[in-house]
Amino acid sequence: MTAIAQAGSPSRSLADRSPVGRSYRRFLGRSSILMFALVVISAYLLPLLYMVTTAFQQPGQSTMPGAPVWPAAPQTAEYQGQSYPVYSVPMPDGTTRQLILVEPGRESSVFIDPTDASRTRIEWQGRWRTLEGAWTFAPLVDNFTTAWNQLNFPRLLRNTALIALLSTIGAVASSILVAYGFARFRFRGKNALFVILIATIILPFQVTLLPQYVLFTWIGWNGTWLPLIIPHCFANAYNVFLLRQYFLSIPRELDEAAMIDGAGPFRVLRSVIVPQSVAAITAVALFHFFFAWNDFFVPLLYLASKPELQPLSIAIQQYNALYATQPTLIQASALMTMAVPIIVFLLAQRAFMRGVVVTGVEK
Amino acid sequence: MTATIEELGPTKPPGRTLTLRPSVREALWGYAFVGPWLIGLVLFTAGPMLASLVMSVTDFNLVKPEATKFVGLDNYARLASDPTIGQSLVATFKFALLAIPITMGASLGFAVLLNHPRLAFKGPLRALVYLPIMIPLVASTLVWIGFLNTETGWLNAILGSLGLPQPDWINSEAWIYPALSLMGLWGIGNFMLINIAGLQSVPTELYEAARMDGAGPWTQFRRITIPLMSPVLLYNLVIILIGTFQYFTQAYTMTNGRGDPNNATLFMNLVLYREGFVFNHMGYAAAIAWLLFVVVLVLTLILFAFARRRVYYAGGER
Repeated sequence: MTAIAQAGSPSRSLADRSPVGRSYRRFLGRSSILMFALVVISAYLLPLLYMVTTAFQQPGQSTMPGAPVWPAAPQTAEYQGQSYPVYSVPMPDGTTRQLILVEPGRESSVFIDPTDASRTRIEWQGRWRTLEGAWTFAPLVDNFTTAWNQLNFPRLLRNTALIALLSTIGAVASSILVAYGFARFRFRGKNALFVILIATIILPFQVTLLPQYVLFTWIGWNGTWLPLIIPHCFANAYNVFLLRQYFLSIPRELDEAAMIDGAGPFRVLRSVIVPQSVAAITAVALFHFFFAWNDFFVPLLYLASKPELQPLSIAIQQYNALYATQPTLIQASALMTMAVPIIVFLLAQRAFMRGVVVTGVEK
Repeated sequence: MTATIEELGPTKPPGRTLTLRPSVREALWGYAFVGPWLIGLVLFTAGPMLASLVMSVTDFNLVKPEATKFVGLDNYARLASDPTIGQSLVATFKFALLAIPITMGASLGFAVLLNHPRLAFKGPLRALVYLPIMIPLVASTLVWIGFLNTETGWLNAILGSLGLPQPDWINSEAWIYPALSLMGLWGIGNFMLINIAGLQSVPTELYEAARMDGAGPWTQFRRITIPLMSPVLLYNLVIILIGTFQYFTQAYTMTNGRGDPNNATLFMNLVLYREGFVFNHMGYAAAIAWLLFVVVLVLTLILFAFARRRVYYAGGER
C-alpha cells in the first residue's frame, strides 16, 4: 500500500530522458541495481518467510522424509469410497506420474491414475516403499488457534496495548512540557541541565535498576503495571531532544503574536507549538509505543509471576520455553506477536523513518 | 501588630509582590516546564544511582533488608576473583568484536545501496530493511532460533544444498556469536537511516571534483564519503557499543536465561540479572552494574579520544 504512495520517485527521473541508446543503457543499469537490491533484501527477510511457512505447517512436517518446504500434507485420493496415498511413480518410459497406490505389494504394486476416468489398473514393478509420496498444499490454521487459546492471546493483547498506551501518553505529555521548557525559556543552568539530559542516554539503565526495584517493591508496586508506566511519565532524553529540535524550528514570532493576544505559556504551547509539531509528536509517540510494546526486561522483573498481567513479550518467551520442540506453534505465536507492530509500521512508516533521522543526525 | 500593618499597608504598591521581573518570570516558567524531568531525574536516576553505589558496598538483599551489613569493597574484590565475571567479560567482548563490525558494515552497505542515485522504489525498499526493528525482540529471536535450527531450519538447508558446511549455530560455543551477529542484522534499521542521511549531506561538488581528478568510485568512497560521514559513523558506533554491552533479551530468550552453550551467552547483563534477581545478591549485583558502567564509559571515552584525531566536522571545531 505504501509502495504505491512512493512509486512517484522513479517517474521523476524518467522525465530527463536523453537519446535512446543512453536511456536504454540507463534502464539496464537501473533494473540491474533494483534486482540486486531485491535479492539482498529478500535474503535479509528470508527468516520471515520461514516463520510464515512454518506457522502454517502440520506439526512435524519439517522432519518428515521427502516433505516439501511449503505447508503440505501427504496427498491422498478416493478410490471406491476409500482413501489411498498418492505417490510419484517413475514409469518405464522415463516419465514420472502421480498415481494412487491401491494394492501395495512386496516386489510389484497396483496403481491407478487419478485423472483416468476408466480407472485402469497399472501394474508397477518395484518396491513401493522406495517411492516418494506426493504432497498437496495444505496450510494449517490450527497452529494459530492452538497458540491463541494456550496463550490466552486476547488477554495478552489487551495487557500489552494498555501498558503501551498508558506509558506513551505519560511519556509524550511529559516530554512535550520539558522540551518546551528547554526550547523557549531562558533560565539559569539550562545548558548544564541539557547536557545532563543528553548524558542520561549513555548511562546504562543497570546502575539505577536495583534501587528502583527495591523502591517499587517496598511501596507495593511489584507485580503491578505501575513500574512499567510511572517512570516514563517524567520525560526521557530521546523524546525531549527530538521535540526540542523541532520546537526550535518554529518561528518565535508565532509565540509572540499569541502572547500579544494575551496568551500565557500554556496557551502558547497548546495553540501554537503543539499544532505546529504534529509530525514530531507522532514520531515520538510511535517510538515510545513500540518501545513499550516490545519491552522485555522490565516486565520480566516485575510481572514474571503474574500471568494475568503479563504483556506479550514475556508470555511468548515462557511459551517458547515450554513448547520449544514444536516449531509450528512457536512460529505461529511469533507471527501473531509481530502482526500489530508490523501493520502499524507499514501504515506509519514515513513518520517513523523521519523521526529516526532527526534524532540521529542532529547530534 | 503595628509592624504587620505597616508591611501589609498601603505604603507598598498593591500587588507588588506578584509582579516579578520578566526575566525572573521566564526562568520560573522554564523551571516549571522542565520540572517533570528534574523530578524524574532525582527519583529514578540520580537517587537510584547513589543508592546503587551505597548498595554495592553492602550485602543487601531484599528478603532480609534488616540484616544488611557494610562490607566495604568486598563485592568489588569478588568481581575480580569470580570466574563467572571473567567468563562473561570475555563472552561480551568476543561478541562485541564480531557483532559491532558486522552491524556497522551492514548498515553502511545497505545505506549506500538504498541511496544509490539510480535505484528505484527507494522508500519502500528502505522501509523493508527497517521493518524487522518493529518486531518484538522476543518474537524475532524465536524466528531466528527456528531459522538457524540444524534439523529443520532453512539456513543450513540452503548451505547444504550449496555444498557448504552446516554449522551447529546455536549449540556450539564457536558459532553462537556469528549466529547472534546474524540475528543482530535485523536491528540495523536506525543506523542505516542515519547513514543515509549522512550520505545525503556530503556535497555533490566534492564527488564531481574528484571525478575530474580521475578518482574511481572506491577512491571517492574511501577519501570523500567515509571522512565526511565520520561524525555519523561515530554516533552509530557509540550507540551500537552501548547496545552490545546491554545485550539481554535475545540471549535470555535463546537459552531461557541459562547462558548456553557452556556459558558462552552469559553476557554481563545476564550475570547481573541472575545475581540480583534470581540469587538475590543485590549488593554484588550493584557492583556488577557499576563494572558494566565503567567498562562502557571507558570504551566510549577511548572512542571519543580516537575520534578527536580521525573524525572530520564540516562545521570546524566542535
